[in-house]
Amino acid sequence: MKSEILWMIVGMGLVTYIPRMLPFVLFKGKELPTFLQGILKNVPYATLGALIFPGILFIQDDLWYGILGAAAAFIAAFLGANVIIVVLGSITVLTVYSYFF
Amino acid sequence: MDEVVSVRSNSEFRKGIQAGLSIGIGYFPIALTFGLLAKTTGLTVTETVLMSIIVFAGASQYISLSLLTLGTGVFEIVLTTFIVNIRHFLMSASLNEKVEKEGTSLKMLYSFGITDETFSVAALRDGKVSTGFLFGVITVSYSSWVINSGLGHIIGASLPVTLQESMSVALYAMFIGLLVPSMKKSVKVVFLAVIAASFNTIFTMIEVLSTGWSIVASTLLSAIIVEVVQTLRGREGVREHEK
Repeated sequence: MKSEILWMIVGMGLVTYIPRMLPFVLFKGKELPTFLQGILKNVPYATLGALIFPGILFIQDDLWYGILGAAAAFIAAFLGANVIIVVLGSITVLTVYSYFF
Repeated sequence: MDEVVSVRSNSEFRKGIQAGLSIGIGYFPIALTFGLLAKTTGLTVTETVLMSIIVFAGASQYISLSLLTLGTGVFEIVLTTFIVNIRHFLMSASLNEKVEKEGTSLKMLYSFGITDETFSVAALRDGKVSTGFLFGVITVSYSSWVINSGLGHIIGASLPVTLQESMSVALYAMFIGLLVPSMKKSVKVVFLAVIAASFNTIFTMIEVLSTGWSIVASTLLSAIIVEVVQTLRGREGVREHEK
């Protein structure tokens, strides 16, 4: 095992565990300010936006590969397909695409 | 007396397992895909299973793979993980109000298993949540997550090369698949995602920040801007996306 990966896993484990654990040890019915709660609730959606763009455009040298994959996933998700169908659907579309181009 | 307590907590544990079954089933495809993607990212089966054992947080494990692919440094990955998972702090704070009286060491143990899903199942339960129930829910969810991560990696080893290549989109497709249903329900989510995506694209194009910091900065900027705007507008936008 690469030691860099091991440190990453240990670090991820610690920073994930500590926020999960602290409130059970610290709090006796106190709450964070509403504004701060609001920001923290926003974080997952913002993170997802930043993770998708522009990364998806650069998964292959061919820019259209990423655009096509993004479009396929977006359409499937918009039509109400669940996550695994969205994933398998865009993989299928790109597999077909790479046979022709 | 001890026997009565033990029988009661045993049946609570069983109830927890039943309530957790849907999570266990729901984690199956996600963990399987995680194992597959970890394989495509270049992690060994040991690293993959170890990450699921130690971290146990779906989104951030996926994100770490995506960041590894982009060549992001370890510190930035850990920081991103922290930012993504700090939401659990609020879940734990809220659940803390609802759990039965328990010793600190047991609370510290079950707090490890607080995920979006285990939290939802526990928090929506009527009345107090017992320690046995929580352990039941977490046991099923955790087992499913860890076992299927390993399974996904092993199955991934036998995939043809073309498929492995097109699977490089899987991570992004999953993010889109997670995000779009929330975007349909709430304009706020659309703004959050689009603003963060725009910042990240700008930061990446003008190369002012490395990929990891760019994602951290874009996320925080978007989350703060949207919250400030919403606060200034007197919170007229209803937070429909929040369960």
